[in-house]
Amino acid sequence: MLQTAQRSSETIKTKAVPHERFLEAFRWMLLARTFEEKLVSLYRGGLITGGVYIGKGQEAVSVACGLFLQKGDIFAPLIRDQAGRSAFGEPLVDVARTYLGSRQGPMRGRDGNIHRGLPRQGQLAMISHLGAMVSVTVGALMAKRFKGEKNFIGLSCIGEGGMQTGSFHEGMNLAAVEQVPLVIVATNNHYAYSTPNEREFACAELVDRAKGYGFEGYNLDGTDLSACLDVIGSAVKRARAGRPPQLLVASTLRLSGHGEHDDASYVTDEIKREPFAQDCLKRADKLIVDLNLVDAKRLQGWRDDAAAQVDQAITTAQKEAAPDANEDWCAISTRALVDQAQ
Amino acid sequence: MSITYLEAIREAQAKLLRDDERVFIYGQDVGGTFGGAFKATKGLAREFPGRVLNTPISEDAIVGTAIGAALHGMRPIVEMQFADFSSLALNQILNNAGTHYWRTNVPVPITIRLPSGGTKGSGPFHSQSMESIYAHYPGLIVMTPATVEDAYTMLIEAVAIDDPVVYCEHKYLYYHLKADKLPTEGLPAGKARIAREGRDLTIVTYSAMVQEALAVAEELASDGFEIEVVDLRTVKPLDTDTVLASVARTGRLLCVGESFPWGGATAEVIARVTSEGFHLLDAPPQRVNAKDTPIPYHPNLWSVHRPNAKSIAAKARNLLRE
Ligand SMILES: Cc1ncc(C[n+]2csc(CCOP(=O)(O)OP(=O)(O)O)c2C)c(N)n1
Repeated sequence: MLQTAQRSSETIKTKAVPHERFLEAFRWMLLARTFEEKLVSLYRGGLITGGVYIGKGQEAVSVACGLFLQKGDIFAPLIRDQAGRSAFGEPLVDVARTYLGSRQGPMRGRDGNIHRGLPRQGQLAMISHLGAMVSVTVGALMAKRFKGEKNFIGLSCIGEGGMQTGSFHEGMNLAAVEQVPLVIVATNNHYAYSTPNEREFACAELVDRAKGYGFEGYNLDGTDLSACLDVIGSAVKRARAGRPPQLLVASTLRLSGHGEHDDASYVTDEIKREPFAQDCLKRADKLIVDLNLVDAKRLQGWRDDAAAQVDQAITTAQKEAAPDANEDWCAISTRALVDQAQ
Repeated sequence: MSITYLEAIREAQAKLLRDDERVFIYGQDVGGTFGGAFKATKGLAREFPGRVLNTPISEDAIVGTAIGAALHGMRPIVEMQFADFSSLALNQILNNAGTHYWRTNVPVPITIRLPSGGTKGSGPFHSQSMESIYAHYPGLIVMTPATVEDAYTMLIEAVAIDDPVVYCEHKYLYYHLKADKLPTEGLPAGKARIAREGRDLTIVTYSAMVQEALAVAEELASDGFEIEVVDLRTVKPLDTDTVLASVARTGRLLCVGESFPWGGATAEVIARVTSEGFHLLDAPPQRVNAKDTPIPYHPNLWSVHRPNAKSIAAKARNLLRE
C-alpha cells in the first residue's frame, strides 16, 4: 500500500537536535551563497554575458538534494541548485567557467550559466524547457537497472512552476510505471517568474498529487535546514531501499529576482512576512550561534574559506581563453555524417 | 522466400536485440503479445523478455527516457506509434537530444522510428511526413529508407551510430514492397543511391516517392526519355555530391517529396543545386510536394493531395520540354 501524502499541517517539525550533517550542509550553503553573490556583482559590473539565476533562499533544500547522493547516483538539478550541485561534487571552477564562457568549462562557451552538467558523472545538463529532465532521469535509472548496477537512485529537482508542464506530468507518471528509485524535490518558492501560486495551480496541496501518481509524498519547510536534511535524507534512503518514487514539496520564497535582470517588484510585502519567507541561511546561522555549535572564530574561518574558494574559481576562469570562431561547428559526433549545409 | 519492408524492420530489430545487449525497444503497444500497431515488433517481447517495453501514451517522456538511458550506456529504439505523434516529443528530440552533444561533448545514441507518410483513409493525423522538421534542426541524422534492403541495413546502422537518428519508415511501403532476401550489407548512411540511370532528367526523391519516381521513369521511357532517379536514403546528411553529379549528366532537376511544400527536403536540394551547380542546369529546377493543406481522409482527395505518378510525370514532361 502506498502511503498517503502528508498534509502541510503535518509538515515535519525541526527536531531539537540539528541533523548530524547540519554543519557540513551549512558550509555548502555558505559557499553557494558567497559564490552567487559574487556572480551578481560580476553581472552588475557587466562581466557576465547572458543571465544570472541564483538560488538565494533555496540553499537548504538544494544542499540536501546533493548531499545524500553518492557516486553512481543521478542528479538532475535546475536553476536554483548551486548548493546541491556543489555538494554532489561539481567543481566550483566549472561553474565559474560556464558563467564566464571559458573554453575549459564543461560547456566550453557553447552553453552558459545554469545550463551545465557532467552527464558522465551523473549530473545531467538541464535544458531550459522545464519538466524535461524528469524523464531523462528515469531513463538513466533504467539504464543502470538494465546493466545490473545496484544501490543507485536518481534525484530530479523542479519548481512549482515547472510542475505544471505536461512534460513533468509524463515524467512523473513514467517514473512510477517503471518503478525506478527516484526522488523528485519540488520547491514551491511561491512565484514562477512573476506569477503567484493562485495562477499556477488550484489544488490545495501540491504534495497531494503524489498519491495520484503512485508516489509517496511529503511536505517540508524549505527554510529549515535540519528539516530539509531529515526529510530529503529519509526520502533518499527510502528510494534506495526500493520504496516507490518519492515526491517532496518544499516551501520557500525566492529571495531574489527570477534572474538578476528582474527586480521582483511584484513580490508582495504580505508574502514577505510569511514564515516560508525566512532566509534559510540566516536561520541556520542563527541556530549555530544559539546552540553554540561552532564558535565565532571558526564560523568566520568558514566564511573566509568560502570567499577564498570563490575568488580562486573566478580568477582561474577569468584567465582562461574564451571560445573563438575557429570552433568545431559539428552538432553530431559522427564526423562522417556531418551535413554540408552552409 | 520473400520479405516485406515491414518484416525487414522487424528482422533488423530482432538482430539488434540478439547481437547487442544495450538495445531495448520502447514505445506504445510494442510489447506483450501485440507487437506494435503495425506489428513491427511482433514476437520480440517474448523472444527478448524485459527488453521490448510498452509505455504510457507519453511521447515526451518516452524520448526523454530514451535519452537518459542512452547517456548511461544503452542503445534505445523508440517506436512512435505514428510519426504524427512525435510532435509531442519535439522538445525532447530537438532541444534535448539534438543539442546534447554540442553542449556537453557527450553524444546521445538513440534511434527514433517514425511510421511515416500517407496511406488511404488515414487523414490529417496519421499520415504525416516529418523528416523536414527533424532535418531542419541541428544534431540529428534523418533516414528515409525507400527499399526493403535499406529498411534493414539502415536501421541496424542507425542503432550503431553514436548520435540521435530519426528513422522515417514509410507505412505505405510496409506491405507493398518486397524483396527476395535480406542483405548482409548496404550503402552507408549519408550516401545517396542511383535507383535508375538516365540522361535526360534527374528526379531526386526519397522514401515512398522513390517508387512513384521509378514508375514515372518507366512511363516516360516509352516516350523515349531516360530519367535518372536518385534515392537520397538519408535526407540529413544530404548527399549533395551524388545529386550534383547526376544533374551534371542530365541538366534537369525535379525534386519530389511527400511532405508539405513550404521549405523542406526538396527545397533544400534545389537550393544546393542552384547555388553550387547553377551552371549545370539547362532549365529551372522544379519540385512536386504534397499540397499546403492538412492531409485529407477521403481517397479521392488524398490521391491528389500527395504527389503521385501522374502529377510527377506531368511536371517531368513540362521540364523536359523546357
Ligand atoms: C517549458 C518552459 N516554459 C517557460 C520557461 C521560461 N521560464 C524559465 S524559469 C520560469 C519560471 C519557473 O518557475 P518555477 O518552476 O516555479 O521555478 P523558480 O524559477 O521559481 O525556481 C519560466 C516561466 C521555461 N524555462 N520552460
